[in-house]
Amino acid sequence: MADTIRVQTADFDVGEELASLTARDARAGAVASFLGLVRDINEGNGVSEMSLEHYPGMTEKALAGIVAEARGRWDIYDVTVIHRIGCLLPKDRIVLVAVSSAHRGEAFAACEFIMDYLKTRAPFWKREVTPDGARWVDARESDSTAALRWEK
Amino acid sequence: MIKILYFASLREKLGSGGESLELPDEVSDLAGLLALLSARDGEWRSLAAVKNLKMAVNQEIADASARICDGDEIAFFPPVTGG
Repeated sequence: MADTIRVQTADFDVGEELASLTARDARAGAVASFLGLVRDINEGNGVSEMSLEHYPGMTEKALAGIVAEARGRWDIYDVTVIHRIGCLLPKDRIVLVAVSSAHRGEAFAACEFIMDYLKTRAPFWKREVTPDGARWVDARESDSTAALRWEK
Repeated sequence: MIKILYFASLREKLGSGGESLELPDEVSDLAGLLALLSARDGEWRSLAAVKNLKMAVNQEIADASARICDGDEIAFFPPVTGG
């Protein structure tokens, strides 16, 4: 049982990360993963560039807390959460969440839960450059709704 | 002294990423600190009125009633948009 939680400017290799995750525990029969990418359009405007700011220290704590909560809810083995910061371009990878468990049900659920909570609780902020200038991305109601469904 | 941090759109609006502040005796919670900062001139006046303002004490999300004391790290920021 081990967690990989990283906040970094560098890109990551999804294959390598999944290989490293699955190498940790031979009991794992399933891995569910989510990969988030920079889109070239948002709210009807073209996006040419994005930058991600975070709150160093709190970000890592918040992510560790979210993973710990997922462990309390599902029987999962290993978790990888990698989130990039700094300047990103369309199609760039932003975030990877991967969860291993004995069977797919727990892995799928925990992966989705971690993403929903990351979106609403981890202190990251996106700023995007559009033809009309740069703007801070607004929080979405749909993300809050998605996180709420996990409340007991 | 307390350390105060401002992030993202709030940092830009206030023109400050953070500061150290001597905590006045009469300020004991986040609501009090917010009132103190909002009493400043310029953009600071609108701080308390920022929609969905988020606050953290020592890197944990907190609400306006959270107690604060000397040595704490306080942060103010807009709703998060990572992922």
